[in-house]
Amino acid sequence: MLLLIPLLPFVGFLLNASFGRRISKAAAGAIACGSMLASFGVSTIAVWRLVGLPPESRALAQTVLRWITSGDFDVSFTLRVDPLSALMILVVTGIGSLIHIYSTAYMHEERDSEYARYFSYLNLFAAFMLVLVLGSNFLVMFVGWEGVGLCSYLLIGFWYQKESAADAGKKAFIVNRIGDFGFILGMLLAFVRFGTLDFQEIARSVAALRPETTFGTLSALTLLLFVGATGKSAQIPLHVWLPDAMEGPTPVSALIHAATMVTAGVYMIGRNAVLFGHAPHTLTIVAIIGTATALMAGTIGLVQNDIKRVLAYSTVSQLGYMFLAMGVGAYTAGIFHLFTHAFFKALLFLGSGAVIHALAGEQDLRRMGGLKRELPITYWTFFTGALAIAGVPLLAGFFSKDEILYRTFAGGHLWLWTVGLLTSLLTATYMFRVVFLAFHGERAGEHPAPSTEHPAPSTQRHLHDAPPAMALALIVLAAGSVLAGYVGVPRAVGGSNRIEQFLAPSFGEVRLKPDATNDARAALLQPGQERQEEAASATEGLERGLMGVSSAIALGGIGIAWFFFLKKKRAADEMAVRFAGVHRVLANKYYVDEMYEAAVVQPIRIASDEGLWNGVDVRVIDGAVNGVGGLVGGSSSALRRIQTGSVRLYAVSVMLGVVVILGYYVWR
Amino acid sequence: MPPGISTSDFYYILPELVLTGGALLVLIADVLLPRGSKALAWVTLLAIGATIASLVPFGSTHVEVAHGLLAVDQFALFFKIVFLGAAALTVLMSVRYLEIEGASPGEYYFLILCATLGMMIMAGGIDLLTIFIGLETMAVSFYILAGFIKPNQRSNEAAVKYFLLGAFSLGILLYGMSIMYGLSGTTNLRTMATAFVGQERDPRLVLAVILVVAGLGFKIAAVPFHMWAPDVYEGAPTPVTAFLSVGSKAASFAMLLRIFLEGLPSMSADWRLMFEVLAIVTMTIGNLAALTQTNIKRMLAYSSIAHAGYILIGVVAGTPRGVAAMLIYLLIYAFMQLGAFTIIIIMRRQDVVGDELKDFSGLHIRHPFAAFAMLLFMLSLGGIPPTAGFMGKFWLFGAAIDAGYVRLAVIGVLNSAISLYYYIRLVVFMYLKPQGAGSPVTTSPSLGIALAVAVIGTIFLGVYPRLLFDLAEMSARTLGVAAVTAAIR
Repeated sequence: MLLLIPLLPFVGFLLNASFGRRISKAAAGAIACGSMLASFGVSTIAVWRLVGLPPESRALAQTVLRWITSGDFDVSFTLRVDPLSALMILVVTGIGSLIHIYSTAYMHEERDSEYARYFSYLNLFAAFMLVLVLGSNFLVMFVGWEGVGLCSYLLIGFWYQKESAADAGKKAFIVNRIGDFGFILGMLLAFVRFGTLDFQEIARSVAALRPETTFGTLSALTLLLFVGATGKSAQIPLHVWLPDAMEGPTPVSALIHAATMVTAGVYMIGRNAVLFGHAPHTLTIVAIIGTATALMAGTIGLVQNDIKRVLAYSTVSQLGYMFLAMGVGAYTAGIFHLFTHAFFKALLFLGSGAVIHALAGEQDLRRMGGLKRELPITYWTFFTGALAIAGVPLLAGFFSKDEILYRTFAGGHLWLWTVGLLTSLLTATYMFRVVFLAFHGERAGEHPAPSTEHPAPSTQRHLHDAPPAMALALIVLAAGSVLAGYVGVPRAVGGSNRIEQFLAPSFGEVRLKPDATNDARAALLQPGQERQEEAASATEGLERGLMGVSSAIALGGIGIAWFFFLKKKRAADEMAVRFAGVHRVLANKYYVDEMYEAAVVQPIRIASDEGLWNGVDVRVIDGAVNGVGGLVGGSSSALRRIQTGSVRLYAVSVMLGVVVILGYYVWR
Repeated sequence: MPPGISTSDFYYILPELVLTGGALLVLIADVLLPRGSKALAWVTLLAIGATIASLVPFGSTHVEVAHGLLAVDQFALFFKIVFLGAAALTVLMSVRYLEIEGASPGEYYFLILCATLGMMIMAGGIDLLTIFIGLETMAVSFYILAGFIKPNQRSNEAAVKYFLLGAFSLGILLYGMSIMYGLSGTTNLRTMATAFVGQERDPRLVLAVILVVAGLGFKIAAVPFHMWAPDVYEGAPTPVTAFLSVGSKAASFAMLLRIFLEGLPSMSADWRLMFEVLAIVTMTIGNLAALTQTNIKRMLAYSSIAHAGYILIGVVAGTPRGVAAMLIYLLIYAFMQLGAFTIIIIMRRQDVVGDELKDFSGLHIRHPFAAFAMLLFMLSLGGIPPTAGFMGKFWLFGAAIDAGYVRLAVIGVLNSAISLYYYIRLVVFMYLKPQGAGSPVTTSPSLGIALAVAVIGTIFLGVYPRLLFDLAEMSARTLGVAAVTAAIR
């Protein structure tokens, strides 16, 4: 049954890829959405059956085929559902279905064949993503990992006639390849170290080891895997591709570059929680990189003027949060945030898509404004998403983000906590900057329709709110952004944190770094009634206090945005002028792209032109090849000359062979 | 040898009996059917199919038959499947070829089946006598088949050459075998093996090993016993060349494994050294000589020599894994080699011989599928993933490294790189050169089937090789490899 989950979208892909050109848009859309919804249905059934099992044995597996068997190297194509992957398949198929439905309206102006091509890619992506999360070993995961990378490339460059889109696709692909290289090395090292690629078996053999206090094999292999994660999940220093990836259609940004694919790195660490738990050095690096990325992307998001780019940097920043959670060992919190983030970030992207759709391709915040009246559905859903991501109490983002910050604080990582809090402030500010600039105030004149995405008929001047298919997706996701947090209401405020209990088996016995709250947290992770209550009461006060702080921060951030971008718009410009240097650095994204250009791209270009091509290739390789070629060709002609066709000569050759061997023995 | 054969022995040689019956049926049908009827090919295929069906009861049998003359085991079974499969493909590719050449099909199909029968006996034989009878049955059939196109001078020359040199090398082989018999007093390989324990230093035995190596080296076309191969391959009718390079080679390897692994395990230090040198020389010379060939059949002849070199690596390894790798490679080789020859036969038209490199110019415009299939076979022969050829080489070289012969693997890989040059050159002709002359390239139904089987095999075994791997490992284990491994330690 598990096979059906990725197979259904794959069949959808095959159908649309083979017959897409010949069928109507309605049919192509129906195939794509139908296969996703069916997959969602199967996923729900699978998860339902999983939940029916006792918590300690919650896993369903299906070995599709034994793929490669070579000596003691045995890789089977096995799919496995455990609580962690159960959550992931629900997100991928559930939110995926909504985005498919949304796309039927969003992409409606494409030609029939393009429309089918779009949906075939989207289905293919879903299939690979499901393989990624369902794979029971590294190799199957890697198939999905590479597959989603391919689909991401195809979809970013979907409008391939546009040079910037084609370039962005290439950039994403190349940067991801760098990460994947680390991932492959990590995978190989894991195989060398453990003799298997199966996640469960690796976890089992790691569990018997002590955590690595010095930098050894475990640290190296987890670090290599993390390099893969930085590529896929756009963390420093491989974050540069994600903002450019916004060249793709907006639903793609929502599905691939916000809700699902980019979270694969976080998922991978969660999948190998026990392994990473035994490499504290790597975890520290993960936490620091995550925090730094969160802060950096948050500050850049503050000054971007393209609505999608703001959201892209917001995604990078939120992914940083997730890695922070992973790094401090709060795996549940990280996955919880992944879960809630999928809802509100998909919502925000789809909302921005609705705005772009309404404005016939306009993406510049400065040319928007006052859309609240004209696009009420979009406005209210977008507003909900913004509240959720900002961390306003009682919405989804509040619970998950708060959980991460609390865990960080409780883990004694004061610095990381402070930076996290600051990022939280930034998040609220840049999100509401978008809300206020786009939906409030007055529209800054008639825009000259630069139409990057939609070369729509320019006669149609009046704005239209989201069509039904888009509205449906927006409303469902808005509801999710409000409610998704309630699966993880912390005990401190009277909840039962069900998601933590649900996910706990997937993370095994997560060994934490020794610190003051170790006992308390261990007790939380392993329910033992008495200790649990005791520990909970000890930390409840702290947790409530921190909640208050982050609520205040979130509201403060919204307040700042309100002041600068609604109340006194001039103040923002004045600030930009006063801190011109800072503004320039942020607007130029800390010059990271320029650094890459100067440090990597140019040297490679020069080295390959001057050194490799003119030097090595022409002189050494061509020389050697021509030389060897000449030698080989020469000996070949010589051999040809021996072959005269004379039977006597051939017989002599046979005899000579015998004599030579004999001679060897006589001589010896 | 103890006299008397029981009735149960007849049960175990049922497949051979069925095939013999089928061959006779073909002769009778040739007389009864109208002249030039294509039905004869189907009768032949029916005989092959019945033989394959009769193999079914012996899926897991492991017995010695007729007082140790023949073994019915999975090793033999594996080879029998390869032979019969290759024979079936050969028949499919012969139909139109014979028509164009104007040769009478009756004796032709009969001889194909006779050769197959010989091969089956070679693979099952665990006694020098049965093996020799099998070998002769096969060889004599091939001598005739090579010269089957009577008006064609090159075909005649090929047959005579093959016959003369074959007889010569057979003499060498027999000489070696007779010394083995003289020293052990038995012709049964398994009894012989025990008799030879402790005789490793006997120079007479070493001489016997050298002579047998040389005799078999001729059969598998290993350098320097290979010189007949290019001339015969080029001159013989193309389907015969295909069958010769696949069936005869596989059978000779089966016989080689039986003789050395079952009969001479105690001499493994000597024959491993000899085969190692032969493997290196064969790979290298085969590939080097192939580089400058302009006739595709000749090029494939040298390529086939080089492949014998690769396969010898498995003998040198001598481990169950090495033997399994050989079985895997031989089956994979059958698909890609027969596929390539099918294309050459497709190229044979009334007005074009179609075996010169230039005949393939621009094939992708004349017949895109044929060009694609040929591309696939060339990539597979060169060992490029995801084709089956890659998996085969991967397995062979892996077995070599496993057995401590890293140098052989390295030389093998270097040779694969050289070989790519001439495989890809053909691709260049097909895809990048302007169209050649001659009438349109077409396929017939039977050629289409043969091509489809070869293409599917080449892709399927490259993508999902596990079934074959399991089968080959199981078959390799039934051979007395354990004894060799023990002797090597």
